[in-house]
Amino acid sequence: MSKYNTPHNELLPHLFRQEYARMTAVLCSLFGLKHIEIAEDISSDTFLKASEHWAINGIPENPTAWLYTVAKNKTKDYFKRISVFENRVSPSLKSQKIEFPANFDFNDEIIADSQLNMIFCVCDPKNSKEYQICLILQILCGFSVEEIANAFLTKRETIKKRLQRARSNLRNSDFQIKKPGKKEIQLRLDSVLKGLYLLFNEGYFSKSSNQLIRKELCAEAIRLALALTEHPLTDTPQTNALLALMCFQSSRLEARTDDNGEIILFDKQDKKLWDKSLIEKGNYYLVNACGGNEISKYHLEAGIAYWHTTTTEENKWRHILQLYNQLILIEYSPTAALNRIFAFSKVHGCKEAIKAAKKLNLTDNHYYHKLLGYLYIELEINQAIKHYERVLHLTKSKTEIRAVTKEISRLKAKQQVTNKKLNEQT
Amino acid sequence: MKEFTLIFRMSDFSKVKPSPEQMQERMNWLAGIASQNKLVDKGNSLLPGPESAKTVRSNDVVTDGPYTEIKEFIVGYVIVKAEDIDEAVEMTKSNPIFKIGGNIEVREVLKRD
Repeated sequence: MSKYNTPHNELLPHLFRQEYARMTAVLCSLFGLKHIEIAEDISSDTFLKASEHWAINGIPENPTAWLYTVAKNKTKDYFKRISVFENRVSPSLKSQKIEFPANFDFNDEIIADSQLNMIFCVCDPKNSKEYQICLILQILCGFSVEEIANAFLTKRETIKKRLQRARSNLRNSDFQIKKPGKKEIQLRLDSVLKGLYLLFNEGYFSKSSNQLIRKELCAEAIRLALALTEHPLTDTPQTNALLALMCFQSSRLEARTDDNGEIILFDKQDKKLWDKSLIEKGNYYLVNACGGNEISKYHLEAGIAYWHTTTTEENKWRHILQLYNQLILIEYSPTAALNRIFAFSKVHGCKEAIKAAKKLNLTDNHYYHKLLGYLYIELEINQAIKHYERVLHLTKSKTEIRAVTKEISRLKAKQQVTNKKLNEQT
Repeated sequence: MKEFTLIFRMSDFSKVKPSPEQMQERMNWLAGIASQNKLVDKGNSLLPGPESAKTVRSNDVVTDGPYTEIKEFIVGYVIVKAEDIDEAVEMTKSNPIFKIGGNIEVREVLKRD
């Protein structure tokens, strides 16, 4: 009897997500990146066989081991066929010889190493960030083209094209999947962390209102970052800082959207919905991140996210502003500049914040107008409405349009009441 | 966009070491410029004390400290970018150094290459 009571059609997708990428990574370290398709074919075949076999015979005692045994046999078969082809069919054809190593196996260590290698191959700075995220999702997370298209709110064809180009770059990359040396790992780690950071943000700030997709992207980013902390070569302060950031942010995933997928502002979130265990994990990794002398942008962002999890601390916004100050000095981004102004307003008041915001010169950015709209609410309601109306012109997000429209009508109602009072007085 | 070096000067040694509040004010000012994407180089502080500052002249004459004939000494620099010198001057106006009697010289950078 199997210890799994779940029907196989529920267990399999779960296992697929978890093991497909690992299996492919191990096989890839055997075949080389040039032949990634062979590795993917064997993994897919394995899961296909599982779905057929398990439907009839039930789920085996140890499903994961079952999968790896089948994959191993399929790999052996593949090499047998290849040797027949090479020895008898086309002895004249020049082809690269890949031999089946006698000691080939799927064990934990090989799986961990191969997966790490694969992460490093996929996060190639030569690929644009969109390409990188697509590749991460397909090769490291086992997402289908359909699922990636859903996450990006993009057509399947677009994703297919992106993947084709990204994969041809990958096949031609000179990065050695078998033994990335210590030095290579250090050189590449920056772009790996950036790739995972992008993946997480894609989930956290996703254009898609589908909660399930968003959570899955965040969870995958955490899984991969966790894999990095489990390997001594990649368990650096930066990696820990990134993981801490992801834990803190994820702790608010439940609280930050309502049932319609609309974003709930930080101030209005139900703090009881924050996931305390994730906050504790965040604290743990943040402490680990303090092992060195370096302060990366992940440290600063994790620090900011940490202060957001505290609710009572009096100087909270002062700390947050200081961290934003440091962050903007490391790397300019419009988002960081705007977030800094928000923190600035909490410390120095809305009037000063408006002055600072106007210097930013980001008039085409809808968050800029959203921020100014917010800052003007108590000071000049006319201006607030004006800026919120600019947001409507600039954004394409349906949930945002809904939320901002609601806010505008609330402000207009408020404005009418004040005008009425004024008229009565005069 | 042109680049300008902002040179910070003070005249009172006792005020060189900033309090935490002053540090915070400085950071706010610097980050304000970085937020406009106009910071080229966040620069550095230059220590003016005798153990960290010497002036070397012709004939092997070395004296302690910065150039002492004038009362002011340089304490640091920052490089910003701006459309013209007026904009660069405008940026300096909110710097907290004026509260402690310092001043800022604004100089356009002519690149050597």
